[in-house]
Amino acid sequence: MNEKALPLPETGSVRPVALSFQDRLAAQLPKLVLAPTVIVTLVAVYGYMIWTGLLSFTSSRILPSWKFIGTAQYSKLMENDRWGVSVENLIIFGGLFILVCLVLGVLMAILLDQKIRAEGALRTIYLYPMAISFIVTGTAWKWLLNPGLGLQKTIRDWGFESFTFDWLVNPDMVVYCLVIAAVWQSSGFVMALFLAGLRGVDQEMIKAAQLDGASMPMIYRRIILPSLKPVFFSAFVILSHIAIKSFDLVAALTGGGPGYSSDLPAIFMYQHAFTRGQMGLGAASAMVMLGGVLAILVPYLYSELRSKKNG
Amino acid sequence: MVKPQKTLNQQLLRYGLYVLLGVAALVYLLPLWVMLLTSLKDVEEIRNGTLLSLPGTINFDAWSKAWSGACTGSTCDGIAPFFANSFRIVIPAVLISTLVGSLNGYVLSLWKFRGSEILFGAMLVGCFIPFQVILLPMARMLAMLGLANTVTGLVLVHITYGIAFTTLFFRNFYVGLPKELISAARLDGAGFFFIFRRVVLPLSTPIIVVCVIWQFTQIWNDFLFGVVFSGAQTQPVTVALNNLVNTSFGGKEYNVDMAAALIAALPTLLVYVLAGKYFVRGLTAGAVKG
Repeated sequence: MNEKALPLPETGSVRPVALSFQDRLAAQLPKLVLAPTVIVTLVAVYGYMIWTGLLSFTSSRILPSWKFIGTAQYSKLMENDRWGVSVENLIIFGGLFILVCLVLGVLMAILLDQKIRAEGALRTIYLYPMAISFIVTGTAWKWLLNPGLGLQKTIRDWGFESFTFDWLVNPDMVVYCLVIAAVWQSSGFVMALFLAGLRGVDQEMIKAAQLDGASMPMIYRRIILPSLKPVFFSAFVILSHIAIKSFDLVAALTGGGPGYSSDLPAIFMYQHAFTRGQMGLGAASAMVMLGGVLAILVPYLYSELRSKKNG
Repeated sequence: MVKPQKTLNQQLLRYGLYVLLGVAALVYLLPLWVMLLTSLKDVEEIRNGTLLSLPGTINFDAWSKAWSGACTGSTCDGIAPFFANSFRIVIPAVLISTLVGSLNGYVLSLWKFRGSEILFGAMLVGCFIPFQVILLPMARMLAMLGLANTVTGLVLVHITYGIAFTTLFFRNFYVGLPKELISAARLDGAGFFFIFRRVVLPLSTPIIVVCVIWQFTQIWNDFLFGVVFSGAQTQPVTVALNNLVNTSFGGKEYNVDMAAALIAALPTLLVYVLAGKYFVRGLTAGAVKG
């Protein structure tokens, strides 16, 4: 894998003594083509990460100042009640969002995999929310969940007078509204991942098990689902990635409210760094977010690389 | 082989399955349906009816107000100008990031050199970092370059952080091309760009479609970069929509909100309906292989 993919044809045992400038340029062409991207990545990914890391150790407020104050911003962050709420929300939101998406995704994929007529149309319907921006999703669900005119009123008008569904304005429940909207948006995608995985399961093995008299639920539990482990794994990584980066949905659906009861770290970071003139604190929160992503990602990449080497 | 006769039990199970799948489909369609109904009602009908009650007369007043008259923060020209902004951002960003991605992918698959795998891995990190970690430096950098609050600045940001994905798409596609094709061309003395243009590009149509759709959806739907790096005049449509919904003078006009949301969603929905197959392929390729 690490060798040159295409060794240049040998023209004889003796190498040409001097390459012309043009030949040398041609030999370097692949590197030259890649160079701009490498430079941009070095600066705009790694350089900026370091830059933000440095900022998080300074007392920067509205403008960056390079007065280093050690880890004071981090201790300030840990003592910040609002940050505490946003991290707690992320754990609730992320945990439920991932769990429900995985369960729904697997279930729908299995149901769709029963040689269903109109499978294509159903798949299209389950997946279309993924094409929509989280801002649109948030706007739509803000309208549906609004207690005054939305679902609550609709169901009351149908005769269930005492029906109450006011999660959107209830500080204790508002984070579950985020879960509902996010699951609506992303579960179809998880379904598509699992459906692709199901189609890849070895049919011979299933036939053999059927001949041995195993029931379908048993086959799913013992053979099919275990073979989908990699899909579970990558779905988990993608969903947790979506959860940690969640910003648009909160901005559109709740704006972080009521109060700051539905804040997530991404909102906290944006507000402190860009609207409240707390650049140092915002940078520190961004670094903590990066740490969270790495904590999930590094084991994933490690196991991916290892399985590739073994395979 | 004789088709086994289905028992009554199995048939009931089959019906149950269809009912379940149908109900699920309705649940997924419900928000879109309610948005559409709401956007066609007037404020009075919204107040007196339920989410699912049909509008008495279909009127597009809310749509025209959302398009050209609703207030989005500082101005009251509807979301039309911002809809145009989104296209001015999306088109160059998609074209350039796709072009650069295809060249990168070509190098990283068919012209590998010592260390190119490591460079590829290093690039991929760009797919995964939470963007919060680059926002502050990027804002400073754009200000230094005089590109703060400009469309050009946003285009550059989207290209910068889109390249990792486009490179991944093309690299994974080109790795699957038969090596003999390229080595034969090289033996004939064909150069780097000649092979790219004449041999590789003509084979790339499917992956170009996947990549363009992916980038289009990502950039059109972006909100974070839009809200951080754009100015009042250069906002993309997602930012304008959010401002429109959260601008509150006087009574809330939910019909206008819903019409604006539908307008903002229309381009990506259209792409999805027309090219859903490629959309899904992009999602799973970007996801599973990433």
